Amino acid sequence: MTWETVIGLETHVELSTATKIFCSCTTAFGGAPNTHCCPVCTGMPGALPVLNEKVLEFAVKAGLALGCEITKKSRFDRKNYFYPDLPKAYQISQLYLPIARNGRVDIGGGKTVGIHELHMEEDAGKLVHDPWTDQTCCDYNRCGVPLIEIVTEPDFRTAEEVIAYLEQLRSTLQYLGVSDCKMQEGSLRCDVNLSVRPAGSTELGTRTEMKNLNSFKAISRAIQYESRRQIELLEEGKRVVQETRRWDENKDATYAMRSKENAQDYRYFPDPDLPPVELSQEYLYRLLAAQPEMAPARMERYQRQFGLPAYDTEMITSQKALSDFFEAVVDLGAPAKQASNWIMGEVLRALSARGMEAADMPLSPATLARLIALVAEGRLNRNTAVTVFEAVFDSDGDVDAYVAEHGLEQIQDGSLVEAAVDKAFADNPKSVADYRAGKEKAFGFLVGQVMRQLKGKADPKAVNEAVRRKLTEQ
Amino acid sequence: MKELLELSALELGAAIRAGDVSIAEATQTALDAMAEREPSLNCFITAAGEQAMARAQALQAGVKEAKSPLYGVPMAIKDNICTKGVKTCCASKILGDFAPPYDAAVTERMAEAGAVSLGKLNMDEFAMGSTTETSFYGPTRNPWDTSRVPGGSSGGAAAAVAARACWFALGSDTGGSIRQPASFCGVTGIKPTYGSVSRYGLIAYASSLDQIGPLARTAADCAAVLDAIQGRDRRDATSLDVPAGSLLSRLTGDIRGMKIGLPSQCFGEGLEPQVADAVKATAAVLEARGARVETFSFPLMKYMVPTYYIIACAEASSNLSRYDGVKYGWRAPEYEDLTDLYCRTRTEGFGSEVKRRILLGTFVLSSGYYDAYYKKALQVKALIKEAFDRAFEQYDLLLTPVSPTTAPKLGESLSEALKMYLSDIYTVPANLAGLPALSMPCGFDGGVPIGAQLIGPALGEAAVLNAAHAFQLDTDYHRRSPYGKEVK
Repeated sequence: MTWETVIGLETHVELSTATKIFCSCTTAFGGAPNTHCCPVCTGMPGALPVLNEKVLEFAVKAGLALGCEITKKSRFDRKNYFYPDLPKAYQISQLYLPIARNGRVDIGGGKTVGIHELHMEEDAGKLVHDPWTDQTCCDYNRCGVPLIEIVTEPDFRTAEEVIAYLEQLRSTLQYLGVSDCKMQEGSLRCDVNLSVRPAGSTELGTRTEMKNLNSFKAISRAIQYESRRQIELLEEGKRVVQETRRWDENKDATYAMRSKENAQDYRYFPDPDLPPVELSQEYLYRLLAAQPEMAPARMERYQRQFGLPAYDTEMITSQKALSDFFEAVVDLGAPAKQASNWIMGEVLRALSARGMEAADMPLSPATLARLIALVAEGRLNRNTAVTVFEAVFDSDGDVDAYVAEHGLEQIQDGSLVEAAVDKAFADNPKSVADYRAGKEKAFGFLVGQVMRQLKGKADPKAVNEAVRRKLTEQ
Repeated sequence: MKELLELSALELGAAIRAGDVSIAEATQTALDAMAEREPSLNCFITAAGEQAMARAQALQAGVKEAKSPLYGVPMAIKDNICTKGVKTCCASKILGDFAPPYDAAVTERMAEAGAVSLGKLNMDEFAMGSTTETSFYGPTRNPWDTSRVPGGSSGGAAAAVAARACWFALGSDTGGSIRQPASFCGVTGIKPTYGSVSRYGLIAYASSLDQIGPLARTAADCAAVLDAIQGRDRRDATSLDVPAGSLLSRLTGDIRGMKIGLPSQCFGEGLEPQVADAVKATAAVLEARGARVETFSFPLMKYMVPTYYIIACAEASSNLSRYDGVKYGWRAPEYEDLTDLYCRTRTEGFGSEVKRRILLGTFVLSSGYYDAYYKKALQVKALIKEAFDRAFEQYDLLLTPVSPTTAPKLGESLSEALKMYLSDIYTVPANLAGLPALSMPCGFDGGVPIGAQLIGPALGEAAVLNAAHAFQLDTDYHRRSPYGKEVK
């Protein structure tokens, strides 16, 4: 029998507001434990939540960009459960009237994915276990950090579709400026709901929910693993149990956390501390009108304005921070194609080697622009420039100072090149003879010898020309 | 200086500003009265005499520039209202010696007005009760008869004002917790319109019903306190943009032409005849001052108590979940794991009335019961609001009893929880509809006070207080002291 996998996603995205959802504490990542807290976010007796208008604005912007209907009168509800990272013993969320519903996302290849709903909620704190004292400590810095949860319809059939959706979602939210979507810092987290059914069937099978997925790779592997596990169960005549499963990255497998029978009753009810949120049509029009230029529009503009190939524009606009970086480098005078080549090559390679996203890039646009200018002026050759790039990337170091300190500036004096060519010919008469006998490879060898003498600082074009000239002279 | 004790808060404030009495003198007089009467009454959980005297000395220097009519007047605060650095424990074991790191909005506003706080007042645990007997710190007794309860949950507040241990107090009212003890202790208390006083720093019992208000000797005193504490506070999202500070100046005593309705359903079965007579006599006094009084039919009365207990307990079950022994307050000394820590802390830390209400609330919010109970109660609440809206199309105010009886003896109520709940029938409607409602002394039965309630439309505090003021101009129930002194 052939099986079809059916997947729905619940994605939690941290909004990049400066302050928390219900108080004015900072949302800055990190910080010494319990230093980004106040009576409100630590649930002190008598403290009350007040909605941060910026959170509402960001959630509505996201809802509009995902093609959702915005709920004109939405409301917050309490989700009640006991856990030490949740100081009020309830999470303020939206169950009955979420801020946005019924959206659609185009994930390419003619496929669209339905958005069931998008709602606002607060993050919980973090528990830190100290193995030395065998104590668990609570850090409430993250309590009250604003999140939106985006729930899709069960419209995915493959891991590839899921990843395409997440990339599209990340790009959209980054361009809107509502989230940086950094998976390593947990500002984009995914729960995957998955079931399998015989191909052609229209009924949904029993689903499991996988949590703890914190990279695209983990999501992709977990989907493959879980889909296979369920198919094997069904083929053996067993049944799938509706349960929550945890993805273990190290073991490459999912494990049962709790089954539906043990599911908690969250006793949701409207939060009496927060009045309903009412939005006017004017407010929605204003946010729609203020929507920034998104990835597709930028791609189109880069092709038109800079004459870049479509391939380049797609790569560059894949992350907003990368695209912003590109524009800044070009604004500083770098030719667009040069900037694009550097970004698609060295920059992406450096980021990936460090496991960084473009938003974390230590290198400033000015540094890359300077590097490109030095190459254009003939003062650095392209290969040396790559060495300099690697050296200054992490500290955003001073390119000119580094070049001077290491004596990397390209040799401009033609007589030095001539002298090196003379010496190479004198030292390698056999290669000269080989070339003359028709062995083209010897040419490269001679150029290499010249470059070695000049410690790679010569302009390769100039060296090529000088070698060829000498070969034709004699 | 015992005469000082018989002054109203406004009279004392005037004497302080005129230089006839020093703030320290007034404070010391109150502390002396407290020292004498507290052992038999137990009004306070935390008395702060030393801090009060220090503050009195400090305030004296500014007396000439004082703007508030309450400047320098000693008062006290119910123990569920946060006071920075001063123990605030809701009369519960589970909060231990918790001292909040911040002041409630009303605490700040009283400090700005220049009031002197004498300490924190006893109450039913987490404001759940009608007798102040559920306090972990022992019951408060009624100054008129110490074998009786002072009412609740603001029993410490009502008893302290009646016992002249302070000139006014801040209480809170979720289903009658200001008005019913005011009635039992012969003082005047008002629950203002929901949202007109910030709840920031009020430890929640039922968030959609809780409201802070004053208990004092007179309606005019209450007006002065509301002038100081009402008004928008951006830290409470349910707070209203009320034009604050004009109630006292609008107390004319002129109620000619005012239309007052007596809901017939509030004078039926279960009401003690002495109470009914006293409230009807109140209507006669108001009529004599020019008001027009008539009886009308007010439906839905039988749904009031069930609706109230479903909503209040549901919200309480969630509001009180944070007391888990993890972050502050009391923690069970021995436990095996996290679940055991929660169970033991909450089992041993909460009293039985609080646990009963948490269980009720948890039940009505449970999956499968939400629609039948909680959702339905919210629908009934909306109907109750509409019924009041219709009543206020015809009448400026409503007049009802506060409680079906006068203060019961200690120990009589707790054994019969349902009976105790049912006695809230006259007070809970104003909470469900968010309306201002006042209790004022209107008679005595067997030496203990009887109260009458005036209910106004939303933000109708001025009319409510003015009618009470008019009544107090022609009567002296509010001036009687449990210690036999009647001044003027």
